[in-house]
Amino acid sequence: MDDAIRAEGLVKQFGATRALDGIDLSVPRGTVFGLLGPNGAGKTTAVRILATLLAPDAGQAWVDGFDVVTEAATVRSRIGLTGQYASVDEKLTGRENLILIARLLGFSRRDARARAGELLAEFGLEDAAHRPVQTYSGGMRRRLDLAASLVGQPRILFLDEPTTGLDPRARLDLWNLIRQLVAQGTTVLLTTQYLEEADSLADEIVVIDQGRVIASGTSDQLKARIGGQTLVLAPEQESDLATALSIVTEIVGREPEVDGARLQVPASDPALVPAVVRRLDESGIVARELTLRGASLDDVFLTLTGRHASVETPADDAEVAP
Amino acid sequence: MSSLQQTLTLAWRSLLQLRRNPWELMDFSIQPILFLLLFLYVFGGAVAGSTAAYLDFILPGVIVMNLVFVTVYVGHGLNTDLTRGVFDRFRALPIARWSPLAGRILADMVKQAWCVLLLLVVGFLLGFRLGAPVSGVLVMLALLLVFAFAMSWIMVLVGVVARDPEHVQLFGFTALFPVTFLSNVFVPLDTLPPFIRAVVAANPVSLLAEASRGLLSGGPVLEPALWSLVWAGTITVVFAPLSLWALNRRLARS
Ligand SMILES: Nc1ncnc2c1ncn2[C@@H]1O[C@H](COP(=O)(O)OP(=O)(O)O)[C@@H](O)[C@H]1O
Ligand SMILES: [Mg+2]
Repeated sequence: MDDAIRAEGLVKQFGATRALDGIDLSVPRGTVFGLLGPNGAGKTTAVRILATLLAPDAGQAWVDGFDVVTEAATVRSRIGLTGQYASVDEKLTGRENLILIARLLGFSRRDARARAGELLAEFGLEDAAHRPVQTYSGGMRRRLDLAASLVGQPRILFLDEPTTGLDPRARLDLWNLIRQLVAQGTTVLLTTQYLEEADSLADEIVVIDQGRVIASGTSDQLKARIGGQTLVLAPEQESDLATALSIVTEIVGREPEVDGARLQVPASDPALVPAVVRRLDESGIVARELTLRGASLDDVFLTLTGRHASVETPADDAEVAP
Repeated sequence: MSSLQQTLTLAWRSLLQLRRNPWELMDFSIQPILFLLLFLYVFGGAVAGSTAAYLDFILPGVIVMNLVFVTVYVGHGLNTDLTRGVFDRFRALPIARWSPLAGRILADMVKQAWCVLLLLVVGFLLGFRLGAPVSGVLVMLALLLVFAFAMSWIMVLVGVVARDPEHVQLFGFTALFPVTFLSNVFVPLDTLPPFIRAVVAANPVSLLAEASRGLLSGGPVLEPALWSLVWAGTITVVFAPLSLWALNRRLARS
């Protein structure tokens, strides 16, 4: 078995909800694998099964060649897990949290202190090392959580929505940390609701929806299927909507979707924007919003399934700094 | 690292939490002392004629009452770990499956022993003197810890079932108040109306308090001690499997 992570036909049912409905995955060693999907797609359930926290109802999975059900103890010695919500002890300090994990992993008292010190420095937490985690910001908690899953230098790392709820700055910091790990040879499986995140980190992306794989490939392959970018236009006067619609349809060559007072249409050519601006100007229409934005998970969804994804906005997430 | 060492490490972690959280330490250190002082000086004259005479009676009673209340922390801590994901972090580590729970219960035993000794020292400062051999203190401590261990299993169940740590506390204390007050902790059995006497006499809190009084000041020990152990055994036999079943069920569904 060559893959770092492999799953075949994973099924998990919670009451009436089929959280996973036959998922196959294979993650080559030393790569970053992105599990992309909207809220409720089954990402956390998949990660929890792979990390031995949950048994599948059907199907099989292997991590580092070991069966996650029958050889769970061995699997646990090979993996690091950072769950969707920071799972560090709020009442202990950052340093104590790391020492605790190191001791449980069999480090001597001395080695545990040394390893904790190393990680605190690496994750920029030295100044906060002696403070209880309760006082940490959301970004610091996430970093400590990630550090805690790296104490034993696992070869395979699971990151469940590692940046949900973080501000853009903290998100970039975390991306860099993940890139460093990958450079050292760690295999990473990360879940995310953001195409942009999967795009910038993952070698291979699998899109899941309602417990099923609906697309897979590299980021470029996925984007090629969607058409790259989306033109968004909102006229100042709602009465101009119909005119704006016909202008956009004519220039882009495709009828935009109307979303309230907004028009959206896939548009891969940036030169379309000046053309639209000119025609609006001629017709005396003032635009409240006119942008060309990169494809989002929602666009992937719309293209693949014909419906919108219910993506949580970062601000809705429970994981914000106190 | 052996599973015993893992358990000790996890118990150390629970105790370390106290250092960072002085309120909890206050809760189970200052509160029983306040209880002791209040009951002693408010009821002492009325119940026993003098505070000095009442001290012999109330000190073991408060020790037992506090023991029962402190077991709530097992459920509270377990629920906190479950709801905050810390329990999952432990479960994803290559350590013995039972060590997180064992560590928590072990830490609770340490807290319990601390409370008993603290109350004995405060009692001593208030004028309490042993009327029985010193070895009685050790026997009492052992008896109390056995009972606390049994109670821990009930609290594990509460901790597993409750939605959040606040509900553990709410439910735990609400359920334990009648149990501790329908006992002979504050007043002797024979002052109670006959219709509740049977209930109070069979209450393990009464039995433990009576055995403790015997061990500290002299009086009947064997019978109440044996009945206390019967209670502890029964509670453990019923609640340990039930709690573990509930815990596994919760883990399998989350
Ligand atoms: N413990 C549970 N009990 C009941 N339903 C659950 C449970 N965990 C997850 N689900 C349901 O399973 C589906 C997948 O959930 P999850 O794996 O958490 O998705 P994601 O992480 O992609 O948001 C959702 O519909 C969710 O409501
Ligand atoms: Mg999730």
